Amino acid sequence: MASNTADTVHVEVVGDVGPGCKKKDPIIVADNIHRAFGGLVAVDVAHVEIPRHRITALIGPNGAGKSTLFNLLTGFDQPDSGEWSFDGLSLVGRSPHTLPALGLVRTFQLTKVLGLLTVMDNMKLAARHQIGEKIFASLFPWLWKKQEKDLEDKAAEILARFKLFEKKDDYAASLSGGQRKLLEMARALMVEPQLVMLDEPMAGVNPALTESLLHHISDLKELGMTVLFVEHDMAMVRQIADWVIVMAEGKLVAEGEPDVVLKNPAVVDAYLGSHQDIDLGAVTGRIPLPGGTSSSSKSPKKK
Amino acid sequence: MDFGLILVNALGELISPTTAAFALAAIGLSVHFGYTGLLNFGQAGYMLVGAYGFALPSLAGWPIWSAFLITIVMSLLLSVVLGLPTLRLRADYLAIVTISSAEILRFVVSSTSLTDFTGGQQGLNGFNRAFAAINPIPEGDYGIGLLSYNAYDTWVRLVAWGLVALAAFTVFMLMKSPWGRTLKGIREDEDAARSLGKNVFVFKMQALVFGGLLGSLAGVMFILPRSLQPGNYATTLTFFVWAILLLGGAATIWGPIVGSMVFWVSLSLTQGLLFGAIEAGYADFMTISQAAQIRFILVGLVVMLLVIFRPQGFFGNKKELSFGV
Repeated sequence: MASNTADTVHVEVVGDVGPGCKKKDPIIVADNIHRAFGGLVAVDVAHVEIPRHRITALIGPNGAGKSTLFNLLTGFDQPDSGEWSFDGLSLVGRSPHTLPALGLVRTFQLTKVLGLLTVMDNMKLAARHQIGEKIFASLFPWLWKKQEKDLEDKAAEILARFKLFEKKDDYAASLSGGQRKLLEMARALMVEPQLVMLDEPMAGVNPALTESLLHHISDLKELGMTVLFVEHDMAMVRQIADWVIVMAEGKLVAEGEPDVVLKNPAVVDAYLGSHQDIDLGAVTGRIPLPGGTSSSSKSPKKK
Repeated sequence: MDFGLILVNALGELISPTTAAFALAAIGLSVHFGYTGLLNFGQAGYMLVGAYGFALPSLAGWPIWSAFLITIVMSLLLSVVLGLPTLRLRADYLAIVTISSAEILRFVVSSTSLTDFTGGQQGLNGFNRAFAAINPIPEGDYGIGLLSYNAYDTWVRLVAWGLVALAAFTVFMLMKSPWGRTLKGIREDEDAARSLGKNVFVFKMQALVFGGLLGSLAGVMFILPRSLQPGNYATTLTFFVWAILLLGGAATIWGPIVGSMVFWVSLSLTQGLLFGAIEAGYADFMTISQAAQIRFILVGLVVMLLVIFRPQGFFGNKKELSFGV
């Protein structure tokens, strides 16, 4: 993992690289997503596509609307308008609980482990199509014991990978912050998703665990999954992301390969505020840019 | 003071149908609150629906199975009416709706315009003939040690405790199944359960219906040894059930049963001792009716002490409370 972007894969783009550019094989396509809280426009995205089998980072300063976009895409919040689809299937109006069945699973910014369930129960709960989850079938253990055993084996395997196996009988509430993040990710894998959406997987994780979490996220791609994650840590984004989408003030302001996007002065500025004289509005196009610099990253590596 | 009699009375409470009824209602509440996190403050409403749902058809001369069937259907309807608007909202809304609908039900059945139907304030009597008619136990006295009951009282106790055992066993089986695991997951974090593909609303509704059903059956068991008085179904009834649940431990199998036993035995003991003290002239400063109130104060005190020093109840897992979640 030490070598930067060594195992990143290029994202194939149709047309010019820039905010809202089309991908050759997108897993998520969203159009005109608009969400306002009262007078505050939290998300106003004209078009965005998430490339399949890649790791895409969604970055942007606080309040850029990243988590809101996450919530909108996963049905935890409803947009004022807009259409979006997963794998060609429209998700408009779908309840969040119907998404894992399609192969889409998400985690939360504030880790949501089920504290008073054991680590193993957290894992097993996440599995789909459980016979014993039907209230009447649950009364007849012989109907689901076999499935339960299989789930336990599968969970044990994933837990071992995430180095949580020794904790399997502990309450999830007894785990450290970083272990909870690991558990949340491990639990998401029990769903057997195609797309994993991670909302700030590194938030509050101690540096010792960061490297291991990064490995796990990279592994998801190796296992054939698509990853979309929100992150603030630029070093991490540079290390594992194949593609970066930048949001500010609810809009997409830049998109491209990490090396290119993260050098984009507008992005650096939006993040670090290093040039205090340039307003964020300049990046989003609300205020005309001095000198007419384009905010989108014009990547030469167009494919 | 006849300590022997006081003790025998208290011992009788251990297996009384009332104790069984409250155990059953508390098991229902443990499904709601302990396992699913539903704040049901209207268990009295479920008990009322069960009581009238059983008593009215019985009085109309309908067969006993139809009385039980109507009880079940009415309980189900109440759950749907309570759950549909509230289970998608935050937990507090269910609490508000349940406590107020239980009161609404009580006022409706005791209204004078319904006297011909529900008996109004007077309540109902003589509805247990059909239940007594299916009593397979031959006439005579049955008992263990100092406790002795006639055939009907024995029959009521057998049915009531049989139901408690059945309910406890069912809850035990449910809660160690994946269904129960999902309920507990919902209790811990609804959104997490949702993000993992669980239809939270359906699970909560199932829990509400099942727990409510136990509450309604408890309502039937509660009236079998006595008359049906609408005044019994005030909010205090709900809070007795809560006290029992917290005494025993909220998400436990034995908690509601032992909690109910402890609750009623201690009420009986304090009553016996206080009344005895007054009769013997040791406590001239209070009357019998004051003493009856004082025992509830004492029970309240015991519950407070328990919640402070053993917040998990008798059977709860202390470990669960050591996390601030």
